[in-house]
Amino acid sequence: MDFTDQNFKTEVLESKEPVIVDFWAPWCGPCRIVSPVIDELATEYKGKVKVGKLNVDDNPQTQQTYGIMSIPSVLFFKNGEPVKTMIGAQGKENYKKEIEEVL
Amino acid sequence: MFDVIIVGSGPAGLTASIYTTRANLKTLIIAGAVWGGQLQLTTLVENYPGFPDGIQGPELMTLMRKQAERFKPEIVEDNVSSIDFSSRPFKVSVGTKTFEGKSVIIATGADSKKIGVPGEKEFAGRGVSYCATCDGAFFKEKDVVVIGGGDTAMEEALFLTHFAKTVTIIHRRDEFKASKIMLDRAKANPKIKFIVNTEVKEVIGDQKVTGVKLFNNKENKENELTIGGVFVAIGHVPNSAVFKGIDVDEQGYVKVHDHYLTNVEGVFVAGDVHDRHYRQAVTAAGYGSSAALEAERWLSSQR
Repeated sequence: MDFTDQNFKTEVLESKEPVIVDFWAPWCGPCRIVSPVIDELATEYKGKVKVGKLNVDDNPQTQQTYGIMSIPSVLFFKNGEPVKTMIGAQGKENYKKEIEEVL
Repeated sequence: MFDVIIVGSGPAGLTASIYTTRANLKTLIIAGAVWGGQLQLTTLVENYPGFPDGIQGPELMTLMRKQAERFKPEIVEDNVSSIDFSSRPFKVSVGTKTFEGKSVIIATGADSKKIGVPGEKEFAGRGVSYCATCDGAFFKEKDVVVIGGGDTAMEEALFLTHFAKTVTIIHRRDEFKASKIMLDRAKANPKIKFIVNTEVKEVIGDQKVTGVKLFNNKENKENELTIGGVFVAIGHVPNSAVFKGIDVDEQGYVKVHDHYLTNVEGVFVAGDVHDRHYRQAVTAAGYGSSAALEAERWLSSQR
């Protein structure tokens, strides 16, 4: 799903399940590599973890709140708090390993 | 069992695959966890023939991959964990899986070199970046530095002028490795300044980067520069560490013995992992085709 400045509070911060947010932009090459991986993770972890993306161009407020200065950045949220940040494109297995740790 | 296992999915690996698959060799590409190589981190590529107006690096890689996939190689999207070159067929491990190949083409390329100073790691993603095209937009109206003296440094600096207030190129010598056209473009840009004979000793900041400590190696003087971003472009390190048993030089570049053959018979090499001289997309692609043709020749001599 797509997170935005508008829905970030309800969908991410107030979510009962852990949330993974992929901060991306259309002009970023490595983001395009990560994007399909995020889609796969969303399917695999359905019901356990909420996985989605946030376009930093369209949602500058959230980008600034979390001080994102490098993309792709994948942030893990639990109970409204960011608990982990993964900077730069990484492999699916790496993301899965970190998700299992957070769960 | 594969005829050829290609490790890497940049221009060298994908070109090699186009050649081996079209020669009817059963081919596996181990593409890495993050596929596509260094071109994924670039913007406009103006020196790859066939694209008169230039082409975006990630777009070029997508096209190359599409072309490679047309001939149906198998592709694994993960990193090699180890390779056993001591017996035949070669055994390539990727996580818990093992693949067998009669021959291997090493095309793992190179990654950005770190400066290795205090603060660099701590501020990665918080003002220290290795990819101007990914992160440049977060430095709007800021003063930033680019460290390096090659084409990559010039390209990054020029790209950053679209966002940053000023861009200062910091180079430890007063001569540049960059090509004349790129250096001239950077010099002509009013937003770009140069500081030469100077090394970065430390990256400083609190929540984010606020400055760098500099050392002028001609005058033996230290000073500090207040800036909001550090872009590192000091070159690359070949990704050869995983290939135990393959000869490399003192900097880690795979040694070529004869026509893209390594010290192990049946193991070939292509692209930036062995090429310290040219490091171009087009040379990498050329090496990829050469290594594939050599692998093909070697395989048929084994029958």
